[in-house]
Amino acid sequence: MPVKDYIRERFFPHMWCPGCGHGIVMNALIRAIEDLGLSKNEIVMVSGIGCSSRISGYLDFHTLHTLHGRALAFATGVKMGLPGLNIIVPMGDGDALAIGGNHFIHAARRNIEMTAIIMNNRIYGMTGGQYSPLSGYGTLATTAPYTNIDYDFDVVELSIAAGATFVARATTYHVQQMIDVLKKAILHEGFSVVEILSQCPTYFGRKNKMGSAVEMMAYYRDHTTPLGSKAKKENPDLIERGIFVQKERPEYCREYDKIIERAKTKGK
Amino acid sequence: MKKNIKFVQGNEACVEGALYAGLDFFAGYPITPSTEIAEHLSHRLPQQGGKFIQMEDEIASMCAIIGASLTGHKVMTATSGPGFSLMQEALGYAIMTEIPCVIVNVQRGGPSTGLPTSVSQGDINQARWGTHGDHAVIALTASNHQDVFLMTVEAFNLAETYRTPVILLFDEVVGHMRERLILPEKDEIPLLERLRTSVPEGVDYHPYLPREDGRLPMSDFGGVHRYNVTGLFHDMWGFPSNNPGVVQGLLRHLIDKINNNTNRIARCKEYFVDDAQVLLISYGSSARSALHVVQNRRPRGERVGLLELQTLWPFPIDLIRDRCKTPEIVLVVEMNMGQILQTVKLAVDDPEKVFLANRIDGSLITPTDIRNILRVIQGRGV
Repeated sequence: MPVKDYIRERFFPHMWCPGCGHGIVMNALIRAIEDLGLSKNEIVMVSGIGCSSRISGYLDFHTLHTLHGRALAFATGVKMGLPGLNIIVPMGDGDALAIGGNHFIHAARRNIEMTAIIMNNRIYGMTGGQYSPLSGYGTLATTAPYTNIDYDFDVVELSIAAGATFVARATTYHVQQMIDVLKKAILHEGFSVVEILSQCPTYFGRKNKMGSAVEMMAYYRDHTTPLGSKAKKENPDLIERGIFVQKERPEYCREYDKIIERAKTKGK
Repeated sequence: MKKNIKFVQGNEACVEGALYAGLDFFAGYPITPSTEIAEHLSHRLPQQGGKFIQMEDEIASMCAIIGASLTGHKVMTATSGPGFSLMQEALGYAIMTEIPCVIVNVQRGGPSTGLPTSVSQGDINQARWGTHGDHAVIALTASNHQDVFLMTVEAFNLAETYRTPVILLFDEVVGHMRERLILPEKDEIPLLERLRTSVPEGVDYHPYLPREDGRLPMSDFGGVHRYNVTGLFHDMWGFPSNNPGVVQGLLRHLIDKINNNTNRIARCKEYFVDDAQVLLISYGSSARSALHVVQNRRPRGERVGLLELQTLWPFPIDLIRDRCKTPEIVLVVEMNMGQILQTVKLAVDDPEKVFLANRIDGSLITPTDIRNILRVIQGRGV
């Protein structure tokens, strides 16, 4: 199916700034879904609030554009309601890990099957450039004019600690890897987290003198490395890309099916 | 004892009513005095193939039931004051997106953590205006277990009819008290199933285009119609819009669909109202004490009547105005600082004859309390 068959033209033009990484993520996501041959009727995209969350409206799936930080809680209801559906939850870093942090760790802990995509641009873009929990120490933002003293999370480590059974990281520069990782995440029977470093030239880039969108993507090229590479040993500051965790643990909805069986036998 | 007669808590009566109405998905978080609802449903729902989930908080519980409702389930959550506060954001979302769901608030003393194990009726106005923005809401209540059952079924029916969240405002006394409940036979109470679209696959389905009768047929997520649901103002496709005409049209629709049906939604019980010189207006557990006063004073020739409200929102203005015409004294009996009193005063022709009999100390208002206040109003001394 051509890419345009996955989008809702009525919704366009999109509201992302020129150079924003989120369009690259949307494109990669469509290609991943296309490669997997999934039916559009079986996909529910649940999102929260923020630039990244607008993805849901642009795509021709069942789409639920919800409240700031709450996407995973809504998605949990949808998934339990109809476990056969493929649930994809695109979120921003603030959406997923500040206001939605609690829902995030608990969805991971339950291992409920859905794909959480955290588009990490290290800033609140929709509201104009305030620091997020992933901006990091020493960065500048409209609410950190004297530099940010908040330390950031490592999304991968947080996800693993919370119990996610699939954890990966990609960047908007490494699109092929992103597609590959997204495909595996969607197929994974459990809670999957894919962190995607996605540039925000308008706010994070400008405030922190990161240059243009192209320069920010070149930064991803130069400052990341495949998981377990020799380069990482030589330069520990490099950010690793790839699949960090991919393991089997009973999935929540399947476990609940067993509860139903147990309750029915016991109830008789 | 017959199998269909039970001796239960009000919270269990609510569970029975919800299951009778077809509840098959519940998400909740433990909180006194509503916890028994979650406990019983965790036991009962899977026996019938339904699902129960204990979420990480009340915010998530409210979100989860909205998600499950979109997949075609009848859904409910239950909580008390602090949890109800946390649910307000997603309650507004359900109003805006027109998702049927039922929210139980077994009221305890507030504000804040307040009195977890004591009774209050302090959340009446929160149910009306707790979530931000202009909106209309349906809230029901009950004073005894048979009515808890009936109003719970009614809540599910109204949620489907008007595609809206419906709030059940019970209180700690009703929730925890044990009394008899007679389970109605199957089919004894009509149940409303979800109105689903008849638009076939391939034909444009407009999720937010009301029919002539104002109702919006739904299409379950996972079905053949893919559409967008958003808490933003949206057009008939569910796409965000800030077009002034679309915005005003949607807001009017959300409010009119409920407020224009106020008389249809109004439920109440009347005891000796016709010739009452003193009319008590009450609801929930305080109506039990008010009824006791009526039953106690009538044989002594005092023309006291009781109007027990079962629909609190939309407020039954016409009904109140009509029943308050002849009585010389209208006494609103409630366990707050006069939340229904104010709306009654606004509804009646002569508000100066409307008085409050309340108790706000965590104890159930007693018939003696009501009698004493009435005597003071009547200038008869205590």
